[in-house]
Amino acid sequence: MTAVVTTVVVDGHRRYHRRTVTGGAIAITQRAASRRRRLLIENVQAYLFLLPAFVVLLVFKIFPALYAIYISFFKWDIVQGAFRGIENYTDILFGSRAENWWRSVSTTITFAVITVPFEIALALVIAYLLFQKIRGRAVYRTIYYLPYITATVAAAAVFEYLYHPQYGILNTILSSVGLGPLRFLQEPTGIFEMIGNRFGADVPAWAAGPSLSLVSVAIFSIWHFLGFQIVIFLGGLGNIPVEYYEAARLDGANPRQVFTRITLPLLTPQIFFVFTIASIGVLRAFNEIFVLTNGGPLDTSRTVSMLVFRTFFQQGQIGFGSAMGVLLTLLILAFTLVQFRVLERRVQYG
Amino acid sequence: MSEVVLPRVSVRALRRPAVPPIRSSLFVHLVLIAVGGLVAYPFYYMLTTGLKDFFESITSPPTIFPTQGLHPENYIEAWSKAPWARYFGNTVLIALLNTAGELFTAVLAAYAFALMNFKGKAVLFTVLLATYMMPAEATLIPNFVIMTRLFRPNDLDHIAQGYLVQVLPFLATAFSIFLLRQQFLSVPKELRDAAVIDGAGHLRFLWSVVLPISIPALVTVAIISFYGSWNAFQWPLIMTSRPDIQPIQVGLNAFRDTARSQYHLLMAACSFVVAPIVLLYLVGQRYLVQGVARTGIRG
Repeated sequence: MTAVVTTVVVDGHRRYHRRTVTGGAIAITQRAASRRRRLLIENVQAYLFLLPAFVVLLVFKIFPALYAIYISFFKWDIVQGAFRGIENYTDILFGSRAENWWRSVSTTITFAVITVPFEIALALVIAYLLFQKIRGRAVYRTIYYLPYITATVAAAAVFEYLYHPQYGILNTILSSVGLGPLRFLQEPTGIFEMIGNRFGADVPAWAAGPSLSLVSVAIFSIWHFLGFQIVIFLGGLGNIPVEYYEAARLDGANPRQVFTRITLPLLTPQIFFVFTIASIGVLRAFNEIFVLTNGGPLDTSRTVSMLVFRTFFQQGQIGFGSAMGVLLTLLILAFTLVQFRVLERRVQYG
Repeated sequence: MSEVVLPRVSVRALRRPAVPPIRSSLFVHLVLIAVGGLVAYPFYYMLTTGLKDFFESITSPPTIFPTQGLHPENYIEAWSKAPWARYFGNTVLIALLNTAGELFTAVLAAYAFALMNFKGKAVLFTVLLATYMMPAEATLIPNFVIMTRLFRPNDLDHIAQGYLVQVLPFLATAFSIFLLRQQFLSVPKELRDAAVIDGAGHLRFLWSVVLPISIPALVTVAIISFYGSWNAFQWPLIMTSRPDIQPIQVGLNAFRDTARSQYHLLMAACSFVVAPIVLLYLVGQRYLVQGVARTGIRG
C-alpha cells in the first residue's frame, strides 16, 4: 500500500488529502514512482481533452469579453481612435447620449412588463391543463411547442402580414366588431392614449402607455416563447410528490385550495426561473424587433439590444456600441447571477 | 459555487400526471383547443396564403380558406426569385460543421470533467461556468472587430473564409459541455474499474463504453446545435453581405425586400424555410424537449 487518497470535510469544503502509509517489503519507491507517472499521464491527457474546447472558448468568448471593455474606452468609429477613458460611459449614462440610452432602457422595461407576466400566467394555465390525464396530450404539446422551434425571422414575417394595416387578418376581425383599422407595428401612439382618444378623453403624455407597435411585438414574443415556459412548468409539476396531493385530499381540501396552497408554492422555483430567463430574453431581444419594427416607429420599440446594434453596426460607432454592450451584459449577468443563486438554494434545501 | 445548477427535470416526471384532476375533461379540451388554435393559426395562415394567388393574398378582408383555387406554383415562383438552393446549402454546411465541431470539443471536455482527475479542475470548471453565463451580446462587437480584421468573409476569392467566420465562434459551448458532463457522471464507476483491469485507456473507454451508452444525450446536443445554426441570424447578418455565403434566415430577411407586398410568395418562402426544422422537431421532439427541460436554455 502506498498512497491513499481520502476526502476530509473541513468547514464544508472538500479537500483532497494525501496520506502516505509505508509498510511492506516491496520496493515502495518504485510503486510510488509508477503511480506518480500514471497521475502525470492522466493530468496531461486531461489537459489534451480540454484543449480544443478551451482554445475556442478562450479565443471567441473570454478574450472578446475583455476586448469589449478595452474597445469601450476608446473613440472607435470604424477604426480605433483616441483613448477616452470612461467618457463613453459618462456620455451614455449622463451626457449627450443619455436621452437615447434611458429611453431604450425604459422601452426595455416596458417591454418586459407587458410580456413576462402574461407569458408566465398563460404558460402556467396551459401547463396545468396539459398535465391532466386527457386524450391527445402529445398532439397538444406538439402544437404548443411549435412556435418556439420556428425560426424567428420566418415567424416574424408571418406576424408582420397578420398585423398588416390593409391586408392583415387582425384588422378584419377588429372591423367586424366595429373597431379599427389599426396600424399595429407602424403605430407609435401609446395604447392608453388610443383608448382614451376613442372615448374622447385627453390622456396626458405620461399615461400614454407603450406604443401599439411595442405591444404588437410583445404579443409576438409571448406567442413565440410560450412553449418554452410550458415545458419548464410541466417539469415542475412532475416534480411535486403525489403524496402531497393525497394528504390534501384526505384533509378535504378543495381544488382551488390544492392549487393555491400546494401546486403554486411548490412551483415557485420554476416560476422564478422562467421569470429570470424571460427577463434576460427581453434584454436580449433582437431578431423579432429587427424583423417586425426595426426599432421604429419613432423609436418606440427600440430596446437596448436594438440600440446597441444600431450604434455599432448602422452608425459604425464601435466604441460607444461596445460601452453600451458592456452595460447590457452587466444587466444580463445580474439576472443570471440572481437566477443561479436562487436555484442553488433550492437544490440545497429541496 | 462549484456545481452548475440547472433545473432538475426528468423526462419520466413529465409523463406522470400528479395534479388533482379537473372534473370536466370537456372544459380542459375546450381551453386547450381554443388557445392551441390561436397558437397554430399563424402556421395555417402562412401555409394557406402561400397557396393563394396574388390578388387573393391582398384581398381585404382576407379569406380564411383559399377561394380562387390552390396555387402551388407560388412555391416555384418564390424559389426562383432568390438563390434558395445556395442559402439551404450554406445553412446545412454551416450547421453540420458546427454540430460536428461542437460534439467533438464537448465530448472530450465533458469526459475530462466527469471522469478524470487533474490539477486545476475546479478552476477550469469555474472558468467554464463564467463563459456559460456570458451572453452572446458581450462578444458580438469584439468578435465582429476581430473577425473582420482576421478574415475577409465577403471577398469573392476567399469563399471559405465566409463560412469560417460563421463556424469558428460556435465550435465549443459551455452549455453542451455541461449537458454531456452531467450524462457522463452517471456512468457507473464499476464500468471504469472493469475497463482499467482490461487495460483500456481513457480514449478507448470513452469510445467503446461511454459514447454508446450516451447516445440520447449526444443526439440532444446535436439537435440543439443544429437547430441553433439553422436559426442563426444576428451574427451572419453583420458578418455576411453576399448571398453565396449567407444562411437561410438572412436570405429570408433579404427576400422580404424582394417580395415586397407579394405576400403569397413571402408566405410560400416562409413555409419552405420553416419546413425542415419542423420536420426535425417532429422526428427529434423527445430529445429536443428533453434538452430544454433538463437545461432550461431559451433561444
